[in-house]
Amino acid sequence: MHERRYDAVVIGGGSAGLAAALALREAGRTAAIVEREPFLGGILMQCIHSGFGIHEFGVDLTGPEYAERFIGRVLAAGIDVFLDTTVMEIRPRGERRELTALSKRYGVVRLSAGAVVLAMGCRERNRGNVAIAGSRPAGVFTAGLAQRLVNIEGCIPGRRAVIVGSGDIGLIMARRLTLVGCRVLAVVEIQPYPSGSVRNIVQCLNDFSIPLHLGHVVTRIAGRERVESVDIAPLVDGRPDEARSFRLDCDTVLLSVGLVPENELSRAAGVPINGDTNGPYVDADLMTGAEGIFACGNVLHVHDLVDFATEEARRCGQRAAAYLGGGARAGASAAQSKVAPGANVRYVVPNAYVPGRENVLYLRPMIVKNDAVLEAAIDGAGIRKRKLAHVQPSEMIRLVLRADEIPAADPARPNLMEVSIR
Amino acid sequence: MSGSTGTPVALVCIACPLGCRLTVAKAEGGELRVSGNRCPKGEVYAGEEMLSPRRIVTAVVRTDSAAYPYAPVRTDTPLPRALAEGLLAALYSRTFSLPVSNGDVLVDDVEGTGVKVLFTRTLPPEEVPAVGEPG
Repeated sequence: MHERRYDAVVIGGGSAGLAAALALREAGRTAAIVEREPFLGGILMQCIHSGFGIHEFGVDLTGPEYAERFIGRVLAAGIDVFLDTTVMEIRPRGERRELTALSKRYGVVRLSAGAVVLAMGCRERNRGNVAIAGSRPAGVFTAGLAQRLVNIEGCIPGRRAVIVGSGDIGLIMARRLTLVGCRVLAVVEIQPYPSGSVRNIVQCLNDFSIPLHLGHVVTRIAGRERVESVDIAPLVDGRPDEARSFRLDCDTVLLSVGLVPENELSRAAGVPINGDTNGPYVDADLMTGAEGIFACGNVLHVHDLVDFATEEARRCGQRAAAYLGGGARAGASAAQSKVAPGANVRYVVPNAYVPGRENVLYLRPMIVKNDAVLEAAIDGAGIRKRKLAHVQPSEMIRLVLRADEIPAADPARPNLMEVSIR
Repeated sequence: MSGSTGTPVALVCIACPLGCRLTVAKAEGGELRVSGNRCPKGEVYAGEEMLSPRRIVTAVVRTDSAAYPYAPVRTDTPLPRALAEGLLAALYSRTFSLPVSNGDVLVDDVEGTGVKVLFTRTLPPEEVPAVGEPG
């Protein structure tokens, strides 16, 4: 058996794992990345479109370009990388954590780590998750799988496609399929508003005159061997209006119906999961409810911009490094108070804050609204207000609270911070 | 997307993920008045979008490698939209030899626009043992 010992082990070599490992190494810790694919970069490698890196680098990069900026640094920094290696189990062992992994090259690998960073990302919801009636023919793909087929394998999944759900990956794939010669007949979205960014509606659908049916559902997928058609109906009072149903003849259906953080490994390790995000509860240092196990990126909550996943992961790596150093962390965690979502906010991450230092919060609105006001309050007393020109659930909000904006904790009160949108 | 004098046109800026909602009005002299943008890129975008829309074009091209049969490419700057189809047809008809490096130029100048096409991923000719694995 292959045994290794590190200050920290990062699970997942995508955007979050790369940034977390670099931050740990830059803080002087030894670190390893365990990646189940034969390459680093994660989902970025199949995202050949541009739009990445505006916040992080101030330039507009494609996915592979963004990833390679980190991969080069990770390899140069002396971080060990286990490719084709899947972590099967994490468990506490004395003051440390022990990971068991299966590697194509080494067989069973046992890694001992002072800290573990969860950076496994998320996966796509599929047909089973959204329960579309009809037969079970070939030709139904999740949008991300189709993206991998087209951009990495060079296979075109079909000729005439209908896209279910208006998530960003579905919108990007509507354009991508059109550019490789497929006809995209429609994008069908159950909500009355798009679930991807407005920018992608413009450049992926409007540019190619692809119809977007908001407030519509696919009521049936038909076909024997291969998809032959889908039935689409408008939603009235939460039910499909069959009288106004119409049929599109197609051979392919792509599903872009949401992403779920991939936390089977975390759950088995005893990490408590937040039902609002499907990711772990984390404190102000991004440590989960399990001692020494941290989380960042899409395994924590689904981000819409990789730049923010990177930023969060870098902070996670820094905090994990401080935890490994002892002292400072003990003081900080004692001073933590809770953060909770207030009116019209689905969730806030992290779930705690620390007075006396900068706190960066990520939150997702529940409503679509112009001229909204974002407010953070502690025990009902406002500490920050910000005007937002437009909010919608598909666009995450980042709120930076400066050290001087947050009053010292009052031992007689709960010091609960609530973030709301009105 | 053409606006006559006095009729403001609503656009969403796609220069970055902020997605600013722009209003573009044509003033008497014919110049465009852009509002709603949070940075100067919005004004440039609105002007181009009204007159000659441009987009970054990305694609994958065929390679001669069994390990990496396709390589991702991009235009270095936005290309006039009308030229995208012709460029893609030209790219799809060619096969490229690996290795390539991120940033290597495969088309010098798309139809006199000065726009280049670059590879966006470093690919060796065949799958190599990963660098960085412990010994």
